[in-house]
Amino acid sequence: MASVVATPAPPPSLPPVAEVREAGGTLGADLRGVRVVWRRELIRFGRDRLRIVTSLVQPVLFLLILGEGLSVIARTPPGVSFETFMFPGIVGMTVLFTSVFSAMSIVWDREFGFLREMLVAPVKRWSIVLGKCLGGMTVATLQGVIFLALAGAAHVPYDPLMLVELVGIMALMAFALTAFGVLLAARISQMQSFSVVVQFFVMPMFFLSGAVFPLAGLPSWLNALTKIDPLTYAVDPLRHMVFERLSVPASALGRLDPGISWNGWRLPVGAELGIVAVFAAVLLGAAMVAFSRE
Amino acid sequence: MVPTAWHARRPGAGSGPVAAVSGSAVSGRSTGPAVEVEHLHKRFGDFAAVRDVSFEVARGETFGLLGPNGAGKTTTISMLCTLVHPTSGGARVAGADVVGERGKVRSRIGLVFQEPTVDEYLTAEENLRFHAELYGVPPASLGPRLDQILEMVELKDRRHEVVENFSGGMRRRLEIGRGLLHSPRVLFLDEPTVGLDPQTRAHIWTYIETLRRAEQTTILLTTHYMDEAEHCDRIAIIDHGEIVALDSPDALKAAVGRDRIEIAVPDAHGAIAALDERLGVEATVSEGMVAFYVTDGEEFVPRLFAESGLAIHSVRMSRPTLDDVFMAYTGRTIRDAEASAADHMRTSPHMLARHR
Repeated sequence: MASVVATPAPPPSLPPVAEVREAGGTLGADLRGVRVVWRRELIRFGRDRLRIVTSLVQPVLFLLILGEGLSVIARTPPGVSFETFMFPGIVGMTVLFTSVFSAMSIVWDREFGFLREMLVAPVKRWSIVLGKCLGGMTVATLQGVIFLALAGAAHVPYDPLMLVELVGIMALMAFALTAFGVLLAARISQMQSFSVVVQFFVMPMFFLSGAVFPLAGLPSWLNALTKIDPLTYAVDPLRHMVFERLSVPASALGRLDPGISWNGWRLPVGAELGIVAVFAAVLLGAAMVAFSRE
Repeated sequence: MVPTAWHARRPGAGSGPVAAVSGSAVSGRSTGPAVEVEHLHKRFGDFAAVRDVSFEVARGETFGLLGPNGAGKTTTISMLCTLVHPTSGGARVAGADVVGERGKVRSRIGLVFQEPTVDEYLTAEENLRFHAELYGVPPASLGPRLDQILEMVELKDRRHEVVENFSGGMRRRLEIGRGLLHSPRVLFLDEPTVGLDPQTRAHIWTYIETLRRAEQTTILLTTHYMDEAEHCDRIAIIDHGEIVALDSPDALKAAVGRDRIEIAVPDAHGAIAALDERLGVEATVSEGMVAFYVTDGEEFVPRLFAESGLAIHSVRMSRPTLDDVFMAYTGRTIRDAEASAADHMRTSPHMLARHR
């Protein structure tokens, strides 16, 4: 129902006024907000080819150089290379960094003013946060998929079902990590603080997650820390899916893919992913609350 | 100055006529002023940024808040845009309360901020589409509307170009176009031409004028450029958070009064005596000319020739400028005011805190 405005002879150069009805403040309007914020992330990701390439450099360095170098001292059973062990961990790292970086673009948006354009719009704040988290999830998962293409270099088979499982796990962890990043971004006003986030949150999460060493036979204090790290519960399923497709002697499996045990109870993969999902939900909720106060 | 009627019209306890207004653009447009501000106050800590500001803007009017940096213009506009909560007092914008109906206000207004808020990595069209989605522009009317807006701000041939490559003036035009995209009833422009070169500034004003005529949008803007305030139907001069004068630019200048007339004559002293004797004006010599003030220069000049009996070589008449107006109301020029405001900002850090 467009309204009609009597326009007293606009200058000839101007086309007639196309009336636009005001936004309703409905759920539909909010969902449109979610979609457009998500789409913006994809457009920016697709346009920034350099970022796609450079964010692959770090995992490739870790996998090929660190993996190859450490394999000299890290004895793995025949048929399983150290790179194979590291591969799922590096997949997790790719998703971790891409997700947090993607969420941190909110700080960038704040500095360059675009955040205002989003925050003053007549949509609910939760829709902006949800759109951002879905956008970060999609971008980080895509980045992870690109890295999965290197599976062969780590002697990981291209098993279709395994790839589907890995993509699913990546998407879940990417969503949780983006929500985490968005929550941090709500409290950060300068891009310089990003390095603080990396040093105090991202690097410890990465090292404690079991991405670079198996979580077996660790000193008890370290063991306890690894179990507090939410990322642990996402990296273990990734590794589990990869090792299921390898023929590894049972003795070696216990050492390389020990799983996570709480008081001697080994958590099933479903429970681990459930923990990640709970983290995702809590972080998303907290991020929504943080931005609705902004 | 402002009728208190809107308080009475405000429906009690969430029921009543406001719900009926929300339906379509027509009903809100048809009645009442576009902006009603009543006794608005805003304090940041112990600093009063806005003190008891009241005014009304009629539909279709271009209304300016004129004052030095730090006078409270942006804080006032931020409260009207629901970005800042008033400490006390209230306002209705396009028929909706800025405190109680923030969502409604936001969907009915367009905003162009002082700082740029376009996404440089998106194209001009993508920026507009992003905005259209957030403001719920119906997909069916979006295509023609985009064409129209891009044509208005003369960016049609660069619609697929990334904004990163745009000049400052082009970005501003894009932002003004974006502010109008969802056909807001009130368009807020916070220092729309700040930081632009004079030529681009003049250009932007041509756009604002054209757009206003085409869209019949009410425009509320802030500026600290005196020459820009001339474009407004009415202006409120704001200083230290208070409105010190409010009227049309001409009326404000008339209130300050008097036109200055300078004449070149062979004998200055004789002329001064003649002017005093025959026309009753007190003249002085200023830079080789005989200068004096009269209330209505246009009417006075014919009398000057008819009655003074002087041999006048040339006449120069100048009207009071808004600078004179600002001076008359605040005792300072706007430039002095900005210098002291900068000092004040240095000594009271809470003013520097960005409020959203």
